[in-house]
Order: sequence, then C-alpha cells, then structure tokens
Amino acid sequence: MAIDCLVLGAGQEVGKSCVVVSINGKRIMFDCGMHMGYTDHNRYPDFSLISKSGDFNNALSCIIITHFHLDHIGALPYFTEVCGYNGPIYMTYPTKALAPLMLEDYRKVMVGRGEEQQFTHENIIDCMKKVTAVDLKQNVQVDTDLQIRAYYAGHVLGAAMFYACVGDSAMVYTGDYNMTPDRHLGAAQIDRLQLDLLITESTYATTIRDSKYAREREFLKAVHKCVANGGKVLIPTFALGRAQELCILLDDYWERMNLKVPIYFSAGLTIQANLYYKVLINWTSQKVKDTYATRNAFDFKNVHQFDRTLLDAPGPCVLFATPGMISGGFSLEVFKHWAPSESNLITLPGYCVAGTVGHKLMSGKPTTVDLDKDTRIDVRCQIHQLSFSPHTDAKGIMDLVKFLSPKHVILVHGEKPKMDLLKSRIKSELGIECYDPANTETVSFPSTHFIKSDASNAFIRSSLTPNFKFPKDEITDTPSLHVRDERVSEGILTMGKGQKVKVIHQDELVTMVGGGKTEVEFGYCFGLNLCRLKNISKEVRVSNGDDSLLCVLNTKLSDEFGELGLRDCEGSLEVNSFRVRVCKNDDCPHRVDSDELSERLERVFFCCNWSILDKSIAWRVISVMKNMDL
Amino acid sequence: MKLTCLSQSRGYNLPPCHMVNLSGFHILFDCPLDLSAITIFSPVSTSLYEQTFTTPSSKKLLDSNNLIPIEPYYKTIEGVHLWNVSLIDVVLISSPMGMLGLPFLTRSKGFSAKIYATEAATRVSEFMMKDLVAMHMEFKQLYGPQETNFLQLFNWEELEALPSSLKEIVLGKDGTYLGSWMPLYSAADVKDCMQKVETLKYAEEACYNGTLIMKAFSSGLEIGACNWNIKSPKRNISYISNSIFSSGVAMDFDFHALIGSDALIYSDFASTLGSDNANTLEFNADDFLLNSDERSEEMEKMNFICSCSMDSVKDGGSVLIPIGRLGIVLQLLELFALHIDSSDMKVPIFIISSVAEELLAYTNILPEWLCKHRQDKMYSGKAVFGHEELIKEKKIHIFPTLDSHELLMMWQEPCIVVCPHWSLRLGPVVHLLHRWHGDPNSLLVLEEGIDTDLALSPFKPIAMKVLECSFYSGIKLEKVPQLLKMLHPKQILLPDYTKQFFEPLSKSLPCLFYTEFETLRLPNSKNLSELNIATNLASQLTFSKLKNEELSMSRLKGELYLEHGKQYLVGGKEVKVLETEIGPLVHWGKVDLESLVVELEKIGVKGSFECGSNVVNVVEPKRGFVEVKETSVVISSGDESLGLLISDVVHSLLNGI
Repeated sequence: MAIDCLVLGAGQEVGKSCVVVSINGKRIMFDCGMHMGYTDHNRYPDFSLISKSGDFNNALSCIIITHFHLDHIGALPYFTEVCGYNGPIYMTYPTKALAPLMLEDYRKVMVGRGEEQQFTHENIIDCMKKVTAVDLKQNVQVDTDLQIRAYYAGHVLGAAMFYACVGDSAMVYTGDYNMTPDRHLGAAQIDRLQLDLLITESTYATTIRDSKYAREREFLKAVHKCVANGGKVLIPTFALGRAQELCILLDDYWERMNLKVPIYFSAGLTIQANLYYKVLINWTSQKVKDTYATRNAFDFKNVHQFDRTLLDAPGPCVLFATPGMISGGFSLEVFKHWAPSESNLITLPGYCVAGTVGHKLMSGKPTTVDLDKDTRIDVRCQIHQLSFSPHTDAKGIMDLVKFLSPKHVILVHGEKPKMDLLKSRIKSELGIECYDPANTETVSFPSTHFIKSDASNAFIRSSLTPNFKFPKDEITDTPSLHVRDERVSEGILTMGKGQKVKVIHQDELVTMVGGGKTEVEFGYCFGLNLCRLKNISKEVRVSNGDDSLLCVLNTKLSDEFGELGLRDCEGSLEVNSFRVRVCKNDDCPHRVDSDELSERLERVFFCCNWSILDKSIAWRVISVMKNMDL
Repeated sequence: MKLTCLSQSRGYNLPPCHMVNLSGFHILFDCPLDLSAITIFSPVSTSLYEQTFTTPSSKKLLDSNNLIPIEPYYKTIEGVHLWNVSLIDVVLISSPMGMLGLPFLTRSKGFSAKIYATEAATRVSEFMMKDLVAMHMEFKQLYGPQETNFLQLFNWEELEALPSSLKEIVLGKDGTYLGSWMPLYSAADVKDCMQKVETLKYAEEACYNGTLIMKAFSSGLEIGACNWNIKSPKRNISYISNSIFSSGVAMDFDFHALIGSDALIYSDFASTLGSDNANTLEFNADDFLLNSDERSEEMEKMNFICSCSMDSVKDGGSVLIPIGRLGIVLQLLELFALHIDSSDMKVPIFIISSVAEELLAYTNILPEWLCKHRQDKMYSGKAVFGHEELIKEKKIHIFPTLDSHELLMMWQEPCIVVCPHWSLRLGPVVHLLHRWHGDPNSLLVLEEGIDTDLALSPFKPIAMKVLECSFYSGIKLEKVPQLLKMLHPKQILLPDYTKQFFEPLSKSLPCLFYTEFETLRLPNSKNLSELNIATNLASQLTFSKLKNEELSMSRLKGELYLEHGKQYLVGGKEVKVLETEIGPLVHWGKVDLESLVVELEKIGVKGSFECGSNVVNVVEPKRGFVEVKETSVVISSGDESLGLLISDVVHSLLNGI
C-alpha cells in the first residue's frame, strides 16, 4: 500500500491549488483552484494528468474544497460542468453558501474583460447542486473505506483543514489557515492525529509576524487621515473574507471616533454576503459569536450601498470594491478615476498575484500604470499596503507540523526559495521527511498498515495483567519509591488457510488444535556425601532431618540464586519451575548414575526436576550442589 | 453488555431513560424530568392567593380544586437516583427534553460522569431550563423563600387519602415514586450543569477512555435531537430514540450510520403505539422512505390549528397556545403569518417567555442542524425561518413576561399568544387561562399526552374551546419492521410492551424484549476482539508449520495499547529472542517409543525399551531415561548436553511452539 501525491497546482507557487492524493487505492482531489495571473490554459490545473481518457468519475473518489477563494475553487465549475466530473464534492456549509458568489463575481469579471467565459451562471448553480456540505468535526463516510473530517482553519469564513483516512493510513490537507485569531475568525484548531502525510500551505514560509493590533492601528490611521483631508479611500477586496474583517474594523472605529464619513460597498454582492455571515456566525470567533443575540456583528451600522453616480461626487468616502488585486471589473474602474488625485488612498492586501494592477502598484512606487497598450494611468494617490494577512506565519506552520508530527510533510502554496528554507528546517529541527514538489510532480511513499487479526479475550486479559517492577536504587541498593508497570503481551499468532489471523493465549492453544497437552520435563536425581555436607554446615545445628539438609542447601544457594527468587517450600527448594528435594526413594526413576551400594549408604540423594524453560538455572544449581560435595 | 430500563417513555415530553453497561462502563441514556406531574399542584393565581390568606392558621392540604397548594416539587426519574451516581461513567443525551433532569444529577455528590450532547440540543435545553427556573420564581414569590418539603406535610394516612388521580402521580403503584420528588434546581445548578456538558456536532467522534467511540446522528425529532452509535472493541451498539424521517425543521433521521450494529436498542414506541393500528405488522418494502404523506399530514394538522384559531379570532376570541416544542412553534409562527395575511385581519401574535427572544435569535444561526429545505433557503440567501422577518414587520411581538411594560402598552384582544408551558401550571399560561377560560369564543390549543381533566381542573368551569392535538414524535409502527430489517443489527432490544407486535416477526428480526426496572444481559456474542499488529512486529515473526495441519503459528511478543477504541500490538522496547533459543514451550501430540529410539539412534544416542514399559533406557553416550507418560515426557539425565539432545528429538516428534 502506498500514498501518491500528484501536485497539479500551487506547487512552488501561489495560485490554482490542486493536489490529487492516492491513498490506499482511494483518490482524492484537494481543492480545484484557478490561477489569477493567467488567462490561457495555464489558469487551470492540468486535469488530463488525472485521467488520460477523461473518465474522472472513476479516477477520483471525491473532491474536497477547503475554502471559497478562487485559487481554491475557481476551476470547480469548469471541472464538473465542462470536464464532466459527477462524483461527490465536499466543502463546509459557509463555503457552499459563499462560493457561488465568488464564482459568479469572477465570471462577471471575465465577461466584463471581454474574455470567453469558461463556465456560465447555470454551470455554477448546477455545480453547487453536486456539493455536500459538511460541518466541522463531522465524520463523513465517503464510501465504506474512505472517511473525511473537517477542522477549523481560520483563514476565511468556513475555511477548513481536511482529514482523510483510508484503512490505517491518514492524512491532513490544510488548505490556507491562520494560527492566530483575527477580528472575526478564530485560530485553526485540530486534534492530535496519527498521520502519514501532512500537506500544508507555506505562503509565509520564512516570515515571523508580530501582533496584528499595531498593523490594524496603522491601517485605521491611514484611512482616518485620508478622509479627514477630504480624500477618498479605495479598498479593493474580494467580496468575502477580507471585506468583512476590514468592515468590522472600520465600523467599530467609526463608532468609537463618531465619524460620519460614508462607507460604501460596491456591488449588491457584498451586502448579500453579509447576510450569509450573519446566519453562519457560528463559524466566526467566539467573541463575535457571543454577540449574536444582542447585536449581530455583521449588522454594519455605517455601511451603505454604493451608487455609480457617486464615483466622481465630491467629499470623502471609503469604498470597498471588487475584485481584489484590481484585476479588472469595478475596482479597476474606480482606480482609473481615483488614482490620479493625491488626496486619495488605495489600500492593497498583503499579497497580489503577478500580472494584476495590484501587483504593479506594490512593486516599487510607480507613477504610472499601463493597463494595456493604449491606456496609461497616472498614479499620484497614496498606496497603503495592508500587512496583516489571514495566513499563518512560519512559526505557525512549524507549530502545526510539530503538533501533528506526521511521517511526511509536503509543502504547497508558497514561493520556492522560502519553501526550501522551511523544508530544511522541518527536516533538521523536527526530523520529518519533507518535500516541495513542483506542479505536475508526484511524491510517493509507503503508507502505514496494520495487520488485522482477532485476539482472544484470554490474550487481552493476560496482557492487561499488571507487571510491577520495583527497580533498586543503584547506589544505595534499596528499593526506590519508583514503581514501573512493564506489561508485556505474549501470545501465539495462528494462521490457517482461508482464516483470519488469530492471536491467542498459549493456554488456549491446545484446545484449539484439539490435541492433549504434553509436558516435556527433565529430572535428575543424584547423591552427595553426607559427611562432607555436614562439615560444611558446622554452624547449623544439624539434626538428621531432611528439613535441615534443605536449610543448609538454602543458605548455600541463596547467595547465588536469591535474586532469582529461590523459595523454601515445604520439603523442597524452588526456583521458577526448578525444584529440588531430598529423595528417599531408591528406585527413583531420575537416578541415572549407577552407584555402588556401599557408597549409597553415605550419601543423601537429591532429586531435581524442571521444565525446559529453566534449563540453564537448573544446571547451574546442580553444579553448585555438586561442588559442595567436592 | 447489560441493559436496564430505568423509565419507560411517555411521549415527546418524557423520553425514556436507560442504563447500559458496555465494556465495563456504565452509560446513562437521557435524564428527563416528568413535568406532567406538577399538575397536582395548584397554579399561581389570584383566586388562590386570596384563599391562602383567608385561612392562614389551619393546615390546608388541598385547595378547592383538590390540588396541593404549596411550592411544587419536581418528579425526577427514580431509577437514576437509586443508582450510585458516582458509578455512572458516561451520560448521553438524545434530545433537549432528555436533558431537563440533568441538573439534579450533576449537583448530586460524587457525580463525575462525562456528559455528551449535541451542541444544539444543549443550547435548546438550556433555554428550557432557564425558562423553567424563571417561571418557578413565581411560586417562590408567592410561598416565600423557605423550602417546604411537600412530602413532609403529609403523613401516610393523608397520602393514602389523596384523590386517586393525585395518589397515582405522587406515590406510584407501591409508593415507589416517593423518593423521586425533589425541589427544583437553581439557575446556578443549570449553569454548573451546562459547563459539564461536552457538546458535539452530528457525526463527531467522542472518545471515552480510549475505549468507547460515540457518535450522535440526527433523529429528526427536534433541533439537535439524535440517535447514538457506540463502538467498543467488542461490540458496536446503536441507541434509537424517537425519530422522524422527514421533519419540517430539524435535520432528517440519519439512519445510514446505524446500519449493521451488533445490538440495536430501539427505546421508544410511546408516541406511535397509542394509535389504533393493533394489526399484525408486516414488512412493507415499497415506498418505505417516501414520507411525503407524513409531512403533509403534519402540515395539515398545523393548518387546521391555524384555521381554528382564525375562526376564534373572527368571533372576537383570543387564542392561547401553550406549546413548548420548538420545531412545532417555529412552523406554527410561519403558518399563522400566512393565515393572517390571507384573512386581511390584523391580529397580533405575542410570544411570552423569558427566553423567547434569545431562543428565536439562536434559531437563525444554526443552519447546520436543520432539514434540507431550510438549508436550501440559507443557500439562496433567504431567512431560514420566517419569524425574523415577522418580528421586523411587527407582526410578532416578543415579551419576557406578562407584566412587562411594553406588553401592557401594546396589549389588544383578540390576540394569539404563544407561551410555555403545556402542564398549565407554570408561567403566563396560568394567568391567561384565568382571563379567558370563561370566554366561549377563545381557543386553547393543547398538546396531547397530558391528563387534560387534571390539568384544566383549577380553571373550571371551562367555556373556552379546547383543541387537543398530537404531533408526530416517532416513526409509525408499521414502518418500524422494515426499518429494523434495513438496519440489519445482529440483535434488537425492544421494550416488552411491543412484544405482541414484534414476536410474530422474530424469524426475520432477532428480537429480545426488556422490562422496565429489570436488567437484561446480552451474553458476549464473540469471544474475540480486533487487534491491529504493527507491520514491523509482524515481519519479525518466525512461523512454524504444524504437522498434518494447514496451520502455521508463531510466538508473538509486544506491547498492547488501546487508542481510540482500537487495540494495537506493537514491538516492545526490548524484543527478546529468548524463545527461539529455548525452543518450544507448549507441546501436544504423542511420542511413540519406537520412533523415539530410531530418532535417537540417528544422532548417536543409543537406547532401548522393554515391551510393555514406557521408559527408554539410554546407555550411550551416557546413561539416562526417557519416560513417556499420558500427558508428559520426562527426561532424566545427569548430563546437560545429553538432555538437550534427547529433548530436541522429543520436540521433533511432538507438535510444539
């Protein structure tokens, strides 16, 4: 059994996340994203690598989408409606509710840019009908062997890390996650799991971020300064996630500072999205959640719908416009109008995909931006870069990897040089195998497998019997207060043709095979010279009783065998199964040495018997006894 | 496994209570509260208020309506308290109603069990408890803060002399109920109880002690209500309480997850047996899952309530709906709005409850717990329930109590009032009944399952109309056999009152019947449990094949541990190879003297045996004997190496490991 991990997207890059993992014969596609930086065939993962014949229904067990960002879900309608995948698709409730908005928004941008649309509005609706929504921690049985489970990831509303297990092998695909809580979302949370593989994002593979609050203050100050001077603030965002977070921030600030400057949302879309946020408030942070009864945090008081006629209206305002990164659409239109004025402000998210206007604005301080061959825009406005991001930083990634301690780690969704650094850290600091495959590469390794067997009750019971040990203190040679319970399970594993492997206790074996048990024992009866024996034990007042003979033996032997648990039982001395007693029977069957009758009179005979387990002890005892005779 | 029924079900408001012993752990299923029993107490009302003050000195046991005029005690499940609570390991809650008695348990000394319930059931139940405590405050205000043990007010003769309807409730058949009466818990008890509950999502795994894996699956009865599946290394059991295939509010009955259990406890038939079909049961394979009829019947019922109400309103009467079933109330509110809209009458709907506002707000944020069509509403951006919009439009008004200032300002009649509590002893319903009981145009909508005569006795004479209705609270009896067949458990445990229906089917359904208060033992079906052996341990094994048998075996040594309900055997720290040095430890088979001598000869050991003797006499290289007995072979030799040679030969003649 093996795990094969084929990276179709987000391998050593950010964009079009898509990883196909084969795990014990099941094939799962994690995320199905598109790349914002391309408009050609490179925008989608190369699905032909999954199945040459294009029979995706048989090639994949299921698709799992971690969150509603386009680089994680953008290619899904194309894959289901155009490529024809009909199998199960899983995502969380918020993702299912919000993804259509994102996809529709993107489709409109495509159409607006005059591109050929890759899927229609109906395609999106049909695609979403195939989706099964899951709740956090809910165990979903995809088929009899494959089980999946979502964990809170923090990144955006409804973002989840997904756990998948087939048989004894298990893995986690994190999607994008955030290990620190923000304004409206909690931090990622996961159980301690036994994993073969962890696939984690690595956007900030080398960055360590400090507190967000300073950055938030910076942002609020910049916005406040701009509107106080009568400027307009453009916040290009995607409809969901960042918009709500910043809006909570601004709404709260407006309230506190008693500001009256209007805050606008561009399309009706984002207002609509706020409705979803209100219903799905259970997926936000505890603080936001607790307020639902009194005032839902997503009931923004100062937020209004934007009207196109307000574009060139005088006076300050704050505008949230889609799409983010100013990749086209309305935010680009507003950018054209507002960028030339010095009093205006544009805030950009922490990350913009190469090729977008946002990316151009962030790299250096351009005074002009070329939109296409014919259009050049003067940029005189201020640019504020938002330095808080809903991605985990390097410490968060290391913490998660350490917490889960999987057997293998695969890094995706990052930049190659930084990923290399992180990879070597994971290898050296945590001692875990780590890979960062490029797109279309496959990583393979064997999966965990346990041999299934039946265990009998007697075996389990015997294994549960405590086996206490009282180790002696090395120096003082006295038992310390330390008690150890070293339980060892011993049993017999049997395998019959066409039968399940069975583990039983050795006592059960004989009944199982149906024969009678036969003991194999050893016996040896030998004589020692009585006089010499008495000489040795002058100090012991010897009567002729057998008991006293044994007493003598006992003192002699306990020097050497006391450790092993020499016991003085009635009429015999015992160590484990070895037993010695004085033998009066002249016809003892164990008396093998032929003696002269005369000698026999001076001798006292000792009869020993033992089972094979204690053969070495037995012969040691016998040799000690014989040496006494010399 | 052992099952004890501590209390049988009496419908939606009083689910059953069971104790199961599985893998040595005691699991309590539900801890309900018999709220119908408080009908024996006098309600708080003005008339009563005057009466008690006119006769302060004389000890008055019963008021004029033959009810007990003191601060009510509450009837808990007796069986739970007979148990030593410290022995309970796990409490599993199936529905909000199954939780109402839990604070009694959590406040008792020595209670240390883990409590698992779904997140939604916990919240809904918390609202119900808070409401109960708030409504009970009215009694406290009337009777004063000191606690009076109501049972101490009566001596035995007086108890015996109680009217039979009361006596039955107070004492039970043999006075067994006497111990179950308790004063109500406090708000602090409720809070404390809630902190002890571990909340789960549907199908989330909870692991107890590494051994039991418990999962809750939606039952469809109510928001958050669930059935349970528990996996232990030896047995996989399912516990089904009242379920509904297709609910108008809660997520539908998820039965797929319960297929193939070793034992299935089907605990509740109370709400389905009352109906008239005492016919023999059959397996109806067809249209078993097509339940549109149940849903539409239910809607019809609710529509009927609405139209009756509208008729009353038309005649100038008000409508009083003391129903606490959240799912029903939510649907009724939506339907009322439709009926009012289509009738072009303006009649306000008042919801009066201390928790209503918060509870209704809560219903807006739990789409994950709702049925499919409510979820679809959420996806399409609409409100999940109608009430949010209706409150905004001022068609529904919510007030915490009857005497809130806003309510007095707004009060108008006729009106429709939705409030707790179906026992007619607690909360605003008491006062409203006093106001309207004489009005023949007014309407009281009652839930079935309560002694109506007793409940209404303090409000007599009743001129207002009373509409009694029952709602689905379980799968129809005739559908149960098909369901059980499909769930395909190895054993089905049913309450004994269903014997007449299910015994005829015992050929295809492996049924066992249990009796209340009696423990049913289910002997272990298999003596085996699953063990997972690590591959690195397995690869070290050396197998020996048995003679004449197609069986190979190996000694196995490792460390056993239990994790997440699975047993693992992994290589220990020190894997000794001692066994192979010593050779086999267990032998079976027979040694034949002749072949023994022959085999010894082959390795240069000479010996012989006399006919009729069982001893081989070894002479070379040294002297020795081998005695072959019925169950043992004894090798006597004074030489270590000779002994070893002989024992090797003996091993080769025997089977051994």
